[in-house]
Amino acid sequence: MIAKLGAITTAFLQELSSLVWMARETVAEVYERISTKKSPFRLTDFFVQTDRVGMGSVFLVSLVSIFVGLTLALLTGYQLERFGMVMLVPITVVISFTREMGPLLTGIVLAARVGASYTAELGTMTASEEVEAIEGMGIGPLRYLVTPRFLAIFFMTPCLSVVAIVSGIVGAAFISNLSLDLNFSYFYDQTMDSLLVKDVISGMIKSFLFGGIIGWIACFKGLAVRGGAAGVGTATTSSVVTAVTTVIGCDTLCNIFMVSVFK
Amino acid sequence: MITQQETLLEMHNVKFRYADHVVMNGLNLSLKSQETLVVMGPSGGGKSTLLRLLLGILKVDHGSIRFKGKDITKLNRHELNEMRSSIGMVYQYSALMSSMNVHDNIALPLRELSKKTAKEIDKIVDAKLELVGLKDIKEQLPSELSGGMKKRVGLARAMALEPTLILFDEPSSGLDPINSVLIDDLIVALREEHKVASIVVTHTMPSAFRIATSMAMLHDGKIVEEGSPADFRQSKNRFVHEFLSAYLTHGHAKEPKHANS
Ligand SMILES: Nc1ncnc2c1ncn2[C@@H]1O[C@H](COP(=O)(O)OP(=O)(O)O)[C@@H](O)[C@H]1O
Ligand SMILES: [Mg+2]
Repeated sequence: MIAKLGAITTAFLQELSSLVWMARETVAEVYERISTKKSPFRLTDFFVQTDRVGMGSVFLVSLVSIFVGLTLALLTGYQLERFGMVMLVPITVVISFTREMGPLLTGIVLAARVGASYTAELGTMTASEEVEAIEGMGIGPLRYLVTPRFLAIFFMTPCLSVVAIVSGIVGAAFISNLSLDLNFSYFYDQTMDSLLVKDVISGMIKSFLFGGIIGWIACFKGLAVRGGAAGVGTATTSSVVTAVTTVIGCDTLCNIFMVSVFK
Repeated sequence: MITQQETLLEMHNVKFRYADHVVMNGLNLSLKSQETLVVMGPSGGGKSTLLRLLLGILKVDHGSIRFKGKDITKLNRHELNEMRSSIGMVYQYSALMSSMNVHDNIALPLRELSKKTAKEIDKIVDAKLELVGLKDIKEQLPSELSGGMKKRVGLARAMALEPTLILFDEPSSGLDPINSVLIDDLIVALREEHKVASIVVTHTMPSAFRIATSMAMLHDGKIVEEGSPADFRQSKNRFVHEFLSAYLTHGHAKEPKHANS
């Protein structure tokens, strides 16, 4: 039992140090390119990836958020109705979406959709020696493959979070109008009143953080693939599981931190 | 200007191991410019590892590798990448980027590592494809090509940056005899017409004798015999003998001429 725990801890620390190592190598590769006055990656590659992350996920993110927003309004509505405080539904939904649900749902959707595809793609490239070939040509594989992917998800996650927040609120407004007798203009005014800069900022900070975590874990798991097709499968599962767990864990830490700071 | 006799590459007392599996154990090897060196050895003998060490993808544990007089084990990141761009590598399974078409595969090193314009790159891609005897496949993806074609595209890519040395990892593995001969002819043409040196790692004997100007035998992490193809045919070395006679007995089933130690 203790031996098993020790093994898990060692494995975890090893993985963590590899993640840090990859970060250092990436920075070194990017620095080498910049110091020789060459761009570390091609802008078109970056845009291809942002399109894949952003446009590819926007529908799924908004769909999931609408459903969750709708459910949230419905459930809080039924609870608050008993105390005659249905009019508090908008503020509840707005705060929980800007601070929590928007970034979190986006993170989970992106881990499943984009993280998995990053890992599978880079994993397949690793297994078929494509990554090694890139390295052997003298092209830094980290700056060439990882930077455009990482930056794409890092910058697209906050954008998608905004989409998630808006969709969630729209979903909530819709169901509130239908079953809680709150009309749209009331919902709109309440939303505008309860949207606070600090909530939005903390949501955005989280989003950048989640995007970074998912991108980094996904690229790392992909490049660390060993052993052909089976290895790619395992790595992809592991990438999604690790990213989702880490995102939820970080979310909790952020909440504890932010609540105690912004109280 | 590099003359015929100049030493291009020199490995001295190279040691390397994966975790606790020793692969190189004091290996010495040298290559002159415009030479085709064939390195033979059994499967799992460390041939691919040797090529990875030459490209600096794996780092030696001990010893030195000099390429054009510089010890590649002591280069910084930038120098290492420069060195890599003057060595081409043709991988055993081609290792073409599966998401890119043939044109983009060959253009990749040019786009990333040279300052050439798109037009110049197009010209070079056409020239290299012609060199390996392929045309009208620029738009195709690697998955749409046959094994032999992939190898040749891999060679075109390896030649894109005009390297002085090209490494081949088992170029005839997985190819039919006709395609295998085609690749062999290209390797010879590299030396004769383009003055490029190559190191070819293989255990296919007919092909080895067709292309080699010198040969080396890798065994137990060391080069146990080195010399011209003629030397090799007469070698008294036990492993060379075993290797050659295994080929002879398979190639010409009548001669049961097994080596005894
Ligand atoms: N990444 C690796 N990790 C551990 N052992 C390896 C690795 N790659 C190769 N080996 C081992 O090193 C030996 C040499 O491999 P390799 O150079 O691929 O041989 P060859 O190309 O001559 O068939 C083999 O026994 C192989 O099992
Ligand atoms: Mg091999």
